[in-house]
Amino acid sequence: MMRTYAGHSTAKASNELYRRNLQKGQTGLSIAFDLPTQTGYDADDELARGEVGKVGVPIAHRGDMAALMDGIPLGEMNTSMTINATAAWLLALYIVVAEEQGVSQDQLQGTTQNDIIKEFLARGTYAFPPAPSMRLIADMIAYTVEHVPKWNPINICSYHLQEAGATPVQEIAYAMSNAIAVLDAARERVGGRGQDVMEQVFGRISFFVNAGVRFIEEHAKLRTMAILWEELGRERYGVADPRHLRFRYGVQVNSLGLTEAQPENNVQRIVLEALAVTLGRDARARAIQLPAWNEALGLPRPWDQQWSLRIQQVLAFETDILEYPDIFEGSKVMEGLVAELLKGAREEMAVVAEHGGAVEAVPYMKAALVDSHRERIRRIESGEQIVVGQNRFSESEDSPLTADAEGGILVVDPALEAEQIEAVSRWRAGRDQADVDAALAALADSARGGADTNLMTATIAAARAGATTGEWSQTLREVFGSYRAPTGVGEAASTPPDGELSELRGEVSRLQEKLGRRPKILVGKPGLDGHSNGAEQIAVRARDSGMDVVYEGIRLTPAQIAASALQEGVHVIGLSILSGSHRELIPAVIDALHEAGVTAPVVVGGIIPDQDVPLLEQAGVAAVYTPKDFDITRIMRDIVELVDSDAGRAALAGNGSLASGPA
Amino acid sequence: MTADGAALGRRLRERDLSAAPAALNLLESSAPADREQSAQLMREVSPAALGAEAPGHLVGLTGPPGAGKSSLLSALLHVWRGTAHEAGPRRRTVAVLAVDPSSRRSGGSLLGDRARIDFDPADRGVLIRSTAAGERLGGLARATRAAAHALAAAFDLVVIETVGVGQAETEVADVADTVAVVVQPGSGDVLQFLKAGIMEIPDVLVVTKADLGQIATSTRRDLSAALRSLGSAATPVLTVSSLSPPTGVLELAGALEEHRAAVDIHARRLRARRAAALSEFAAEHGEGGLRGLGGRVDAERLLEGQDPGLEVPALVAVLERGIA
Repeated sequence: MMRTYAGHSTAKASNELYRRNLQKGQTGLSIAFDLPTQTGYDADDELARGEVGKVGVPIAHRGDMAALMDGIPLGEMNTSMTINATAAWLLALYIVVAEEQGVSQDQLQGTTQNDIIKEFLARGTYAFPPAPSMRLIADMIAYTVEHVPKWNPINICSYHLQEAGATPVQEIAYAMSNAIAVLDAARERVGGRGQDVMEQVFGRISFFVNAGVRFIEEHAKLRTMAILWEELGRERYGVADPRHLRFRYGVQVNSLGLTEAQPENNVQRIVLEALAVTLGRDARARAIQLPAWNEALGLPRPWDQQWSLRIQQVLAFETDILEYPDIFEGSKVMEGLVAELLKGAREEMAVVAEHGGAVEAVPYMKAALVDSHRERIRRIESGEQIVVGQNRFSESEDSPLTADAEGGILVVDPALEAEQIEAVSRWRAGRDQADVDAALAALADSARGGADTNLMTATIAAARAGATTGEWSQTLREVFGSYRAPTGVGEAASTPPDGELSELRGEVSRLQEKLGRRPKILVGKPGLDGHSNGAEQIAVRARDSGMDVVYEGIRLTPAQIAASALQEGVHVIGLSILSGSHRELIPAVIDALHEAGVTAPVVVGGIIPDQDVPLLEQAGVAAVYTPKDFDITRIMRDIVELVDSDAGRAALAGNGSLASGPA
Repeated sequence: MTADGAALGRRLRERDLSAAPAALNLLESSAPADREQSAQLMREVSPAALGAEAPGHLVGLTGPPGAGKSSLLSALLHVWRGTAHEAGPRRRTVAVLAVDPSSRRSGGSLLGDRARIDFDPADRGVLIRSTAAGERLGGLARATRAAAHALAAAFDLVVIETVGVGQAETEVADVADTVAVVVQPGSGDVLQFLKAGIMEIPDVLVVTKADLGQIATSTRRDLSAALRSLGSAATPVLTVSSLSPPTGVLELAGALEEHRAAVDIHARRLRARRAAALSEFAAEHGEGGLRGLGGRVDAERLLEGQDPGLEVPALVAVLERGIA
């Protein structure tokens, strides 16, 4: 099945995009939701600021879902939704809209990603604490097995683990451990209904994996996963039917390895990565979506996505890849690779089991991933790992691909956010409030009811009544409590000090003498973007340079950042944003800092298009770092110099910016 | 450019909470000019200047990593700030000094506690400050003691949060009015340390994760039995759950307050100030310095003769004049 991961701006605009993609030969839909929808906030929530319609489509209620699916026959469609914490809600909206189209829920086909453990580990769009999150997943599995039998209620994602730096062994082991946690929870729920139902549940679990550019090893990884999956089904869950035991997976190939420098090289990376998941028939992907060549630059445009779709079509229809049986059968090299990965993965799975399973082992796995990522960056910095166009062969002609005014990316109109906010209030005003209140009260009761009440029933009723995404989530937050996932940075091993880092530590010590205190940096992510790998690596390296690091993690409001900067007395603030909301959020943070009387300089890192840099500098940002700045020690050196000159400036002005607070 | 220590001290004395961040920047600084201003600041918030001991309740919260201190603190903040479901009687202002262990190799540290504590960033009545313990043993950062006492002039509660067990609570006990040791169910260390006399008996013992049920209850029972056999049957042992909805947190806030009401705060803090002055002097001038005062006992006697309202820098100055 061929898809492109798509959605942006508004339900209407995304609907037009889907219809165009379907005309071009795409055979299914893959919906990208915006971050407020993914984390359970309406467009008018403070945290949604700058994020509405950015990385996907905002869906606040059944009206939005109806507009998104307008003219698309849901009975014939296979729809994949990248949605996790709020998956139950979005599935409910989809079911209600299908109902409106006259399609019954047992006809619906598709997938909700619904993998919460990887959200705690890598992606950050969780909404509730681990235990109730796992309950929601189990509820969805129990519901869909009975009522929406063609739906894949969960996609166990190893994709994001690799993006967070996982080695192949970690990717396999953590994904399998995650699957065990989900299946165990589901077994508790449906076990009483007999082995048949458990077989069906097992058969409905699919995976969403990653494929990096080392495509031979990556292919071996997928064969390994297929072996482990079958073993797990037979041994742990007593599954006998070979159809249910088959390892089914979809794939989005690697984005972590895509570069901002010489972005055209990403096309050949994507092609090679696609080979990893298609070459051998015994471990071939069921559905493939390829990233766009310009992902490290900003949001891809329709044309960029078309290019990715065409790659798949060339592979499928021009090459002979689909004409042969498994071409690795009997290969000693492949067998050896698989044996090695199997051994490593089993050992790592045992460690996770010792921690009490995947849910309990989240802090352990998170720390292990931060550590692997730190090691990966170190290899790239030192040149041990070659990245063409970045740390080798970096000389380049000017690129015509990025020569247009917008730098070869999609820019979402900032006015859309205001429109969506207005649309949500119009929706709220136009519905029967008593119905909504009653539905939400029933939802809260159902949430308090514990494991014997399936939350899906009350969720579908709330969707029908016209409740919004924010209301559904807030109702559950009030019952379940809020949660912050472990950051993993505290446990990360230190970077082995090379000459450059030792020298930097000397400079930090000198600066400490000058300041009277150890240089202190605040690192955090404003907004809803949960991709914290970059911020984590900056935090770890700042510590390894000898600084005191206040690591604040994800999902911060401007007010929160300002309060922290003031209370902690930091000398510099480092912010990271990858979702494209920097144009709104960074100036808002700087305003909040000024209001709090904090004058410490601000540096920003993330996916920041070149043409946005002047805007940020004008707002008062001292430096901007993008994926092409892969040398983190160098960034640290800049920051130390920045603090040094800021201290000098403050002294000259006769105003110890950090030593005096607002009166 | 150095801040005006006396002015900051006066603002704290007038309970101006917005002076706290700058006061902490100053107290943490080791630059000579800042040390001078720090002494001025401490003079303004000394019992002599206040006319009594600083009114804030100094609470030490300590325990091994993973015991659930941050979640517990979040729940306590809700009670103290009156935002909990089971809210306390009145809103009280709270400063938290979170002390983290440092990475010894690079000297840098990751101060992750702030991210784990859940509070309203717009609430001006809460301040959280993270510091690294640096190379010091015993769990406190160099400036923690001075910071806690200065903030006690302005905040109703000052919580000193440290990591560790068996060592950490000793130094916290020198600073705090009330020390609560936090343990999670099934962790035998604290029980063993208590029995073996490796750790001092805390003022309050807290068993977290009460939602685990049986194991939490039996941990509580074991600790109570150990305390009884050590002759400290009166030491409260509480179980709390920070999971929603939290339980036992209101009772804990009550137990901390009861302890404070029962101890002689002045005597406890006075003893601590003198001990701190002596150890600061010894750190600066060594055994030779102490001999110059006629030995440790004479030095202690010299301190006992001073105004009981003097803060540590003033007491250190007295000792230094003694060898001049």
